[in-house]
Amino acid sequence: MAVAVLRMRDLFAAVMLFAIYSLVSASLFAVLDAGDVALTEAAVGAGISTILMLVALSLAPRHEDRGRGRNLTALVVVLVTGATLVYATWDLPPFGAADNPIHQHVAPYYLEESYKDIGIPNVVASVLASYRSIDTLGEVYVIFTAGIGVMMLLGATRKRRRQPADEPIEGEEGE
Amino acid sequence: MDWLGHFNYWVVIFLMMTGFYAVIARGNMVKIIIGLNIFQTSVFILFISAGKIIGASSPVLEKGVDLYSNPLPHVLILTAIVVGVATTAVGLALAVRVRENYGSIQDDQLTEEEDGEPNT
Repeated sequence: MAVAVLRMRDLFAAVMLFAIYSLVSASLFAVLDAGDVALTEAAVGAGISTILMLVALSLAPRHEDRGRGRNLTALVVVLVTGATLVYATWDLPPFGAADNPIHQHVAPYYLEESYKDIGIPNVVASVLASYRSIDTLGEVYVIFTAGIGVMMLLGATRKRRRQPADEPIEGEEGE
Repeated sequence: MDWLGHFNYWVVIFLMMTGFYAVIARGNMVKIIIGLNIFQTSVFILFISAGKIIGASSPVLEKGVDLYSNPLPHVLILTAIVVGVATTAVGLALAVRVRENYGSIQDDQLTEEEDGEPNT
């Protein structure tokens, strides 16, 4: 699926395929017991990202030009990196075993104590909003900064466009 | 069945390398951002699959269930998804801006233009 997305020259079709890809990964998260993540990925990855990309495409040319074809250097770099990473996986713990190191640290504490501490059954929500709330606050800062960035980038264009009055203004929509 | 225990990592690596290739080899900025998103998704899958325990249920406390998957990666990835969208938005805004100023979002065309005539 991902390969199809990247091979597609028509950017509109690529964006649509990317939305399907997000939806597929969301269902994968649901299978892997991460219901909250699946919901977020379906709403944010498949929904908001797609809308953002479509807005960007409405302001940009739709077709990707035929470039240099295959980029051999990039392919070699990617293959070497991939081979190194595959080699590195032999040191990683096997999938789904209950005694993996990741399950030994704070996770048992969360699972055993969070109902007493916070009183809601959804452990993900209580960790997100209570134990790691500073993290979530930082996330909000990031989104705020990104919003300011987008506003500056797109708002500055319009202001400059207006100053030379004789220049025709192309159809542009805000975000 | 030892080698099958690492299959999830291989899927992750394949997706990651696909995204990586898109980022370094593609000239179109929207395509680069899509590649970046695919790269991100691979990291999400890595974390979520690391938190999974076979036979466990999702981390919503219930009576009579003893084994839950690890909630911590879920929390981290929730944050990461939202941050990822913020990154995507800024990247696309940059692409739109470049297109408005220089008329193209293809890397090679932009380089040609830079070499040819000075553009304001």
